Amino acid sequence: MQIIKDKEIVEDNWLHLDDEAELAAGNITVSIARWQEQHETLANHEGGLGLRLAGDDPLEEIVPDLDNFSLIVLTFPAFTDGRCYSFARLLRDRYGYKGEIRAQGDILHDQLFYMTQCGINSFEMANPNRMADALAAFDDFSESYQTTVAKPAPLYRRLR
Amino acid sequence: MYQYDKYDQAMIDQRVAQYRDQTRRYLAGELTEDQFRPLRLMNGLYVQIHAPMLRVAIPYGLMSTKQVRKIAEVSRKYDKGYVHFTTRQNFQLNWPALETVPDILAELASVQMHAIQSSGNCIRNTTSDQLAGICKDEVEDPRPYGEIIRQWSTFHPEFAYLPRKFKIAVIGNTEDRAATKLHDIGLHLVKNKEGEVGFEVLVGGGLGRTPILGQQIRPFLEKKDLLSYLEAILRVYNRLGRRDNKYKARIKITVREHGINHIRELVEAEWVEIRDQLALDDKEIERVKGFFTEPEYDTNAADDASFAKMQSEDANFARWVKQNVVDHKMPGYKAAYLSLKAPLSPPGDVTSDQLDVIADLADEFNLGEVRSTHDQNLLFSDVKQGDLYALWLRLEVESLATPNIGTLTDMICCPGLDFCGLANATSIPLAKDINEKFSDLDYLYDLGDLKVKMSGCMNGCAHQSVGHIGILGVDKKGEEWYQFTLGGSSEADASLGKRLGRAIPKDQVVDTVTTLLDTYVELRQEAEPFLSTVRRVGIDPFKERVYADH
Repeated sequence: MQIIKDKEIVEDNWLHLDDEAELAAGNITVSIARWQEQHETLANHEGGLGLRLAGDDPLEEIVPDLDNFSLIVLTFPAFTDGRCYSFARLLRDRYGYKGEIRAQGDILHDQLFYMTQCGINSFEMANPNRMADALAAFDDFSESYQTTVAKPAPLYRRLR
Repeated sequence: MYQYDKYDQAMIDQRVAQYRDQTRRYLAGELTEDQFRPLRLMNGLYVQIHAPMLRVAIPYGLMSTKQVRKIAEVSRKYDKGYVHFTTRQNFQLNWPALETVPDILAELASVQMHAIQSSGNCIRNTTSDQLAGICKDEVEDPRPYGEIIRQWSTFHPEFAYLPRKFKIAVIGNTEDRAATKLHDIGLHLVKNKEGEVGFEVLVGGGLGRTPILGQQIRPFLEKKDLLSYLEAILRVYNRLGRRDNKYKARIKITVREHGINHIRELVEAEWVEIRDQLALDDKEIERVKGFFTEPEYDTNAADDASFAKMQSEDANFARWVKQNVVDHKMPGYKAAYLSLKAPLSPPGDVTSDQLDVIADLADEFNLGEVRSTHDQNLLFSDVKQGDLYALWLRLEVESLATPNIGTLTDMICCPGLDFCGLANATSIPLAKDINEKFSDLDYLYDLGDLKVKMSGCMNGCAHQSVGHIGILGVDKKGEEWYQFTLGGSSEADASLGKRLGRAIPKDQVVDTVTTLLDTYVELRQEAEPFLSTVRRVGIDPFKERVYADH
């Protein structure tokens, strides 16, 4: 499968494991429930380990575990559900997470600019056929006013 | 007023380009209706009964005459030659074609106007007091903070998909002309014991089907902490606000369900973490304040004798002055309301031709600026007293001098069933009926300060729950009925109106208003205003009279 990562279209080799599915070799992501249940086994997993988070998951509970994950997948059940934008900012700004943060679910290219500002750097697009169009959306705006993950100082301090 | 620099301008130009492409994708079938809806809403575009409606922001209510002329031009070229001013310092075009909206936005961008976040579940246009900067007892001019909040909230990447819409109002005066207690966040510039100026912060106010007054979350916030505190409130709300039921998604419900004390704990805990990173620089506050400096007032303006003379010679002028003109902090200057509540026109509406004249008059008499108000009128904020007579004569010709500010016929009214896809009942034709019935000005003046607010459905766009008399259209088996409330207020003494009783059929609405007013006139003590009488005697005497007749 192809995804967008760091503003490029790349092949993806992560497997998103259902809670019932048997552990597989290679790069896998698991839900927070599975991580909390099987963290000892998973911590020794051979291959990359990723965690999937949804907007109603208790983000703060997994902060001590962040070093175990090279990928955090934020899931957007509907693109109108904006909770994970706050998750992304907290993961980057407050909890210092340096790994890949990926948006998955109902992701349109109209959201890519904001998501990038919040620290999300990879995207599983809802419509993979329009991925090339989507790349242009990173440049929808040349500037933004706010203090963000992408630009930690506000516009007025940087440029005015 | 604030002037865009190249960064501000680039952002709104890029927004137009982005929306142009979104419209193209929608029309080409690349975006579904559901996918396009939130995108168009965040550019102010609703789809209503007859046509789309485009809502354009007027940040804190301030317009240049260049902007007013552009509004006239756009409404003539792309719409039916009139616009509607709303209670939140926006204006609306009622008939634009969806395909032309990108062109309209491009025209507006050429005069530093936009429709960004004027709808949708995001941070909306920040509103303020129409007398900001000119009223006497102001702690500080709130408009620079309105602009700072506008910039912070515009395209805020984290808060574009909130549980529900989010409205902020900021004032610098204890008389609340911006209904701040009915906003998601209300900001009051206040002085603390040490004499420093900061903000009292209210949270959780709102109208709609569950009207709730905002509560204080912080008695005093330093100016440098303004954006960090707002960001903390928004982040807590973005994470905690309900997304399962849109009628329970506003922050007013979050505050009610969790309690103000718990919300305060969460907000303050969040704030501690981001306070330093988001601290506002003094230099930035001063930079923005620099756009709102006082004009060079004529220090001899008070020497004029014609103002007093013309009032004694022309009773109609005197009446207009008494009703529509208010004091200014500078001697010899006044602020004059242009009533958009002329008897035969829908409340808040103004034609393109009128807008052109308003722009000319503002250039001639008001330093090239026009303000819009929460009560859906316009204001000339800096008129020399010696110019008022000439101004009035010209306004008279344009039907913009109806001397009814603050009276029964200065009604707040939503577009209702005539335009709006949500409405259950008409409001504009009823407003007209009420206007016709109560056309006698002496009677209106005798009734005194009276705020009638009428909404065509329980979304309550006309704020009926805080009307001294509130009228709400409801649907009963396909017929239009109206629910009355009494005793509401949106000002410093804010309160929610109490329900009078069962709904009233459409053909009895005007009579019911008459009965309420007759009852008031009988019960009032001396010059007691309507609201005070209702608060003193309660609603029962009114209820008995209204339902005895039916």
